[in-house]
Amino acid sequence: MQELLQYLFSGMTNGAVYAVIALGFSMLYSSTDLINFAHGEFVMLGALCMVSLTAGAGLALVPAFFVTVAAVAAAGMLFERLAIRPVRHPQPIVLIIITVGASIFLRGTGMLIWGKDAHSMPPFLDIAPIDIAGARLLAQSVWILVIVTALAAGLHLFYKKTLTGKAMTACAVNKKGAWIVGIPFKWMVLLAFGMSTGLGAVAGASIAPITMSSYDMGTILGLKGFCGAMLGGLGSLWGAILGGFLLGILEAMGVGFVSSGFKDATAFLLLLLVLYVRPQGILGTAEVKRF
Amino acid sequence: MRFVRKDSPLLLAAALLTAVVFASAFPALAESGEKTWKIGGIFSITGPASFLGDPEKKSMELAIEEINAAGGVDGRMLEAVIYDTEGDPSKAVMAAGKLINKDRVTAIAGPSRTPTTLAVVPMVERANLPFVSCAAGNKIVEPIKPWVFKTAQSDIQAVASIYAHIEKQGIDRIGTLTVANSFGESGREQLIEQAGDFGITVVRSESFGAGDTDMTSQLTKIRQEKPGAVICWGTNPGPAVVAKNAEQLGLDIPLYQSHGVASPKFIELAGDSAEGILLPTGKILVADLLPDDDPQKQVLTDYIDAYETRYDETVSGFGGYAYDAVYLLARAMEGTGGDKEKIRENLENIKGHVGISGVFSFSQTDHNGLDPSAFVMVRIADGKWQLVK
Repeated sequence: MQELLQYLFSGMTNGAVYAVIALGFSMLYSSTDLINFAHGEFVMLGALCMVSLTAGAGLALVPAFFVTVAAVAAAGMLFERLAIRPVRHPQPIVLIIITVGASIFLRGTGMLIWGKDAHSMPPFLDIAPIDIAGARLLAQSVWILVIVTALAAGLHLFYKKTLTGKAMTACAVNKKGAWIVGIPFKWMVLLAFGMSTGLGAVAGASIAPITMSSYDMGTILGLKGFCGAMLGGLGSLWGAILGGFLLGILEAMGVGFVSSGFKDATAFLLLLLVLYVRPQGILGTAEVKRF
Repeated sequence: MRFVRKDSPLLLAAALLTAVVFASAFPALAESGEKTWKIGGIFSITGPASFLGDPEKKSMELAIEEINAAGGVDGRMLEAVIYDTEGDPSKAVMAAGKLINKDRVTAIAGPSRTPTTLAVVPMVERANLPFVSCAAGNKIVEPIKPWVFKTAQSDIQAVASIYAHIEKQGIDRIGTLTVANSFGESGREQLIEQAGDFGITVVRSESFGAGDTDMTSQLTKIRQEKPGAVICWGTNPGPAVVAKNAEQLGLDIPLYQSHGVASPKFIELAGDSAEGILLPTGKILVADLLPDDDPQKQVLTDYIDAYETRYDETVSGFGGYAYDAVYLLARAMEGTGGDKEKIRENLENIKGHVGISGVFSFSQTDHNGLDPSAFVMVRIADGKWQLVK
């Protein structure tokens, strides 16, 4: 029982991180039809910015967190403005290849700025792990769970209650239609990029204290987040969250009850299975297009 | 296609001009072919294993400078030709190809990692080139390959040092947690193979991915078996995450790490969680703590002084592999006139060479040349290393 609970905690911590990353993928996809393969790199930027601002520049946690998210979101918007918008024939495949290129570029930039070593930082609150029936949960994990819940609720409200959110949904449904009724489509895409990469930064900044951050951490995190998004249904807000958590928990259970050698295999096997049985993902409803 | 017309006088002039400029800019290169011996270096200078390759490259350059300043080998200067593998076996193969076919080096030092080394071993064997690897895995010299040597202490000696310490504590059940790459695999094999010799049982053996962010599941699974100690085998940053997770779980049994994390970086990454962790390390990390009668003390302090003056940064525990490789090769080259078979024979016959990583005595059956005395056990206390008897 104690073990099961410990696996669950471990899975929830990782799962929450995957969920935030999956959210970033998903919301960008739903408003622009684009998969940003550089998303993992924005997570890396978030983590390393956070480390630099707190451990390096000595900024307090809360301002450091917001500065990090704002800076990375700005970098994401800059990326959209400089690399995505100028493309003359924006077919999905072209844009996706651009994002792959951007990921390599960002990883190189990260290496130049932060060096090749890993970095670590202290947790948000330096308190002892919480003991529940013999299983230990880090206070930082609780933070991450709180952040995920807040983000999900915030995004839900944004899409359902605000004019901008509704406009963004409209763009996702029908670009031309949205343009005809006067929604500034280009601004919506820019905003979607900023929000999506900002979410990446949130994921990065929240995991920086529990793990090590280095310039090459983004690739695997991005892949896991993408898996989570696909699993839950690309383009669905709650699907991304469900997919991320499911992936993290199954991974931890896989380690606990099968073998730690199959940890990553579990994730990708699951993805293949879901794509085979239900290509639109667990909560996905939109028809999946092939490009 | 008017640019490539064969009779374009302008093009010819430009080509000539370029040739002249290059020849005059590098006069040393043009005439050095006769007088120097080239030693190739292949290191993971950038990429995830740069903590190995970067100090190795610098140490190799330092050793070459020192040897040349002392008059070279038989009056000939040495020249280093160094390539970066980024820790990637396929890039290591390309680098080895360039060194063998284009640069025509006399010998090769490096690569830094076991996978990159294993990738280039078949090439140097085919080319009959003396080759001294800087990687740790003992698969490199096991089974013995005539042209392949290595300077880094291997897992065999590291495991023997850890087990000797565990045996002294009266612990007979252990769990292992190894990284899922060839460094971890090689460590795991040795841990299982040597356990019987020390009366130790490995009750559970788990693994983790090199980039994993959480290892509490593996540690929980190991804890179920109630072992007396846990041995983690990996290179940064994974083992630092393991240290943090062990503290999180309140694991109250000794945690041993491998020599793969024997650097101040590990203490920095793991922070308070590093307290009390035990690990084997080459003597360089604790050179100032060594007793004066230690045979390596002098060599170590000289190297550390030279490195820190030359590069203005703290010496790393890994650069010594390349430093030893160059000195061993230079020693083997003496009196050979560059004959590769003779260099190989000389290498095999070197006895009692006091280096950074230990006292090397090679033989036909031992191409690593080190014994467990190359390692000392240290404990991390107050963020510092402490010699353990």
